[in-house]
Amino acid sequence: MNEHEAVISVRELTKRFGTFTAVDGISFEVRRGEIFGFLGANGAGKTTAMRMLCGLSYPTSGSGRVAGYDIVTQSECIKRRIGYMSQRFSLYDDLTVLENIRLFGGIYGLAPGAILRRAVELLGRLGFRREARTRVGALPLGWKQKLAFAVATLHRPEVVFLDEPTGGVDPVTRRQFWELIYEAAAGGTTIFVTTHYMDEAEYCSRVSIMVDGRIRALGTPAELKRRFAVGTVDELFRLLARGATRSE
Amino acid sequence: MKRNGFWAFVRKEALHIVRDPRTMLIVLGIPVVQLLLFGFALSTEVNNLDFAVAAPHRSEAVRQVVERIAANDCFTFRGYVDPAQIDRVLRTGRADVVVAFARDFDRRQAEHLRPGGEAAAGMGAGPAVQLVFDASNPNTASAGAGYLRRLLSDGDAAAGVEMHLLYNPQMKSAYNFVPGIMGLLFILICSIMTSVSIVREKETGTMEVLLVSPVRPVGIVFAKMIPYFVLSCVDLAVILLLVRYVLGVPLSGSLAAVVGISVLYLLLALALGLFISTIADRQATALVISAMLMLLPVIMLSGMIFPIENMPRILQALSCVIPARWYIEAVRKLMIQALPFSAVLREFGILLAMTVALVGVALRKFNDKLE
Repeated sequence: MNEHEAVISVRELTKRFGTFTAVDGISFEVRRGEIFGFLGANGAGKTTAMRMLCGLSYPTSGSGRVAGYDIVTQSECIKRRIGYMSQRFSLYDDLTVLENIRLFGGIYGLAPGAILRRAVELLGRLGFRREARTRVGALPLGWKQKLAFAVATLHRPEVVFLDEPTGGVDPVTRRQFWELIYEAAAGGTTIFVTTHYMDEAEYCSRVSIMVDGRIRALGTPAELKRRFAVGTVDELFRLLARGATRSE
Repeated sequence: MKRNGFWAFVRKEALHIVRDPRTMLIVLGIPVVQLLLFGFALSTEVNNLDFAVAAPHRSEAVRQVVERIAANDCFTFRGYVDPAQIDRVLRTGRADVVVAFARDFDRRQAEHLRPGGEAAAGMGAGPAVQLVFDASNPNTASAGAGYLRRLLSDGDAAAGVEMHLLYNPQMKSAYNFVPGIMGLLFILICSIMTSVSIVREKETGTMEVLLVSPVRPVGIVFAKMIPYFVLSCVDLAVILLLVRYVLGVPLSGSLAAVVGISVLYLLLALALGLFISTIADRQATALVISAMLMLLPVIMLSGMIFPIENMPRILQALSCVIPARWYIEAVRKLMIQALPFSAVLREFGILLAMTVALVGVALRKFNDKLE
């Protein structure tokens, strides 16, 4: 496994809905172990692009590979090697913490023994041991979010896609959440994350900023700030988004 | 590996059901309540008819007949009335029916009882007994009339017609309703429950997570159906037991055939639920579609309450696409008429074709949704 091998590579990826071009020929690469921030205003095409990478939607044209597999022809292989956490909280409220872990472990084909070992390890790491038999619905939102991330990475995926994972969470929990992300990235998992919070963008190894379906800027936060002569990623984002013709 | 994921999913669905008291109540409570309601309370049986008698002479023969009617549980004797007052008696509600005897009733009855007198009685001028009914409720009136005629014709037939009521000699309405309720309940439970549970996952966003996972969409759908299918089978057993031991309907036909066609119907209802879930994006929508698309037509057009033969042609044609119609027809044949399975092959075939078509369409739509 090469440190610098591209885990995600996309070439001229395009998605049209009728006459509307949601994603307009984007190209980029994400390397193993990177935290890749995928930024853009609402309606810029982030979610559509991400859905294509996850195999939920076929591109109109262009090509892409995720974890070594083609996104058009081999989406089944991709699905086994990626994790996904959506902006909406995605565990089952009426199941206990442990039952949720078991369910997703089972769905990803882990053996019952392995699920149990990882569950114990994961609950210990999150400090959730005592809540193993608590229904998820009874947990505070921040805890749920952390749990959802842990469940999304339970099967040790090569890439985790996080779609605005910290929406509606308080700053302290967001901080803790990013520590989890760092931990996973340090373990070799590639993180592909969309976010609204520009301070979070500063935590990423590299970011791309999408405007009207195209990628307008791509690089490390430091590099981009230098190139566009701005102080923060937030300023850069405003600068680029000003030219946007689409909105929600 | 795949199998493991599938069963993990089935387990999860079962937990959803068990954890939600409302679901359990609906699934296990509704059948019992509905059966008892339809079986006892809502019946078209004629039970408490009041009758009065208008007779010119209260002769021995007349009194015998009156006693015979009054001895029956269904009729209560409300006294003798003046033949000129019949209309008033019915209008004031003193009686539901007036039994009016002809002036020469005694003579005709005597002739009739004489050996070889039957032909003579048949040739008598006008009827010997007249039944005047309050027919503002036509069902009650016609059922009561039929019943009275039978009482009167027993032994010394004043009417020349002999009636035999086959399969349901006591004209119990439970016989008629039970297959209908079964047709309604399974649709209710299977279709509404599955469609709502699938749509709920769309609403909460968990469906997306499942679609990104390696579980195939078909797997998700079938895993969802299994617990509901098991529950419906429990319902089927409960209903059959209630029908047999509480409502006292004899399961005269082959039990295996009834169960067989019911299981097919359950699958059809599940497929319907799946189909609805592909149209609806919100739980409320799923509920409304289920109610509009299935509940009303099942009640109105399946022959459950209103006989299909009496409908206008266009509604008759429409009723053909309603699965419950075929199911109810088949169950009536099997359960009440005790016909062999070969008698319902047509219904079975139609239901099977509907199931296959629905599953096919629903799965295709479900897969398209990914786009």
